[in-house]
Amino acid sequence: MELTVNKGLAWLKTINEKIQEKKDYLTDLDQAIGDGDHGINMARGFQEVEKKVEANDYADVSDLLKDAAMTLMSKVGGASGPLFGTAFLKLSMSLKEKDPVDYPSFSTAVGAAAEGIKQRGKAGQGEKTMVDVWVPMAEYLQNAQEFKPDELETKAKSAMEATKEISAKRGRAAYLGDRSIGHLDPGSVSSYYIFAALAETLQERK
Amino acid sequence: MVNVGVVLISHSPKIVEGIKEIIRQVNKDVPIALAGGTDEGEIGTNIDKIITAIEEADSGKGVLLFFDIGSAKMNAEMAVEMSEHEQVKIAEAPLVEGAYVAAVEAGIGKSMEEILQTLHKNF
Repeated sequence: MELTVNKGLAWLKTINEKIQEKKDYLTDLDQAIGDGDHGINMARGFQEVEKKVEANDYADVSDLLKDAAMTLMSKVGGASGPLFGTAFLKLSMSLKEKDPVDYPSFSTAVGAAAEGIKQRGKAGQGEKTMVDVWVPMAEYLQNAQEFKPDELETKAKSAMEATKEISAKRGRAAYLGDRSIGHLDPGSVSSYYIFAALAETLQERK
Repeated sequence: MVNVGVVLISHSPKIVEGIKEIIRQVNKDVPIALAGGTDEGEIGTNIDKIITAIEEADSGKGVLLFFDIGSAKMNAEMAVEMSEHEQVKIAEAPLVEGAYVAAVEAGIGKSMEEILQTLHKNF
């Protein structure tokens, strides 16, 4: 695995593509157990990210991800802004002066991002939040020896799908408690798109 | 007199405007800055707005932040971390009552620590 500035740009663009495509789906998910603005918020935020990073030149991946983080924080709104912003900020900080980014530094960075999300949201695993995708993904990346895009996508998908069976303990969905069971966590679905986009971007082309 | 400043953070611009009106009935001097709604004036909170409000409310004696539901606190925490102002604290008290008590105390020249203690005792 080698994550360069160009690949990083492609990653962010692919995330945006997926989020735009799934905007209404994300909103439907959030209407079921939250305040119904997740799709709109994420679509606005990642559109701004794409606009921002397209207009600038970056010396390394860390700089690129930092700009993405700052844009998400101020443009997404809701709890997702600070949470996804923190995730990308931690990635950026952890990848400082690492260019191109190799597999061990990337898996460490995802660990830092997962930790950042937990602290920012004061959430642990099993509370039906994006932590339920980021923590298992950080563990998976740390245990795997090399970057396997297909496996990464599958892991992210099953982590995301597992949030369906959890009773919400955090955020607006917590008011519903057990009535949130049977619904996917919207933040986890968005997190899945982030990892799926990564797998797609770094897929070896034959 | 230099007073501790108050920042009101809510998902709704109308909420913070209303609280400010209530406080201004009893105090005209304490710096009160508002961070209500998103940057497009919709329901939500915004880090940049909170950072700007901290700057507005800081007259050198510190700033206390009051917040409402959900993401408001998370955004307040990020704003505190990103703000270059020292002496900025998030108050763990109900938005309306807490801000009111803090403004009254700030108005009689209390320090940030003293106000935080009063809030801690009352809420």
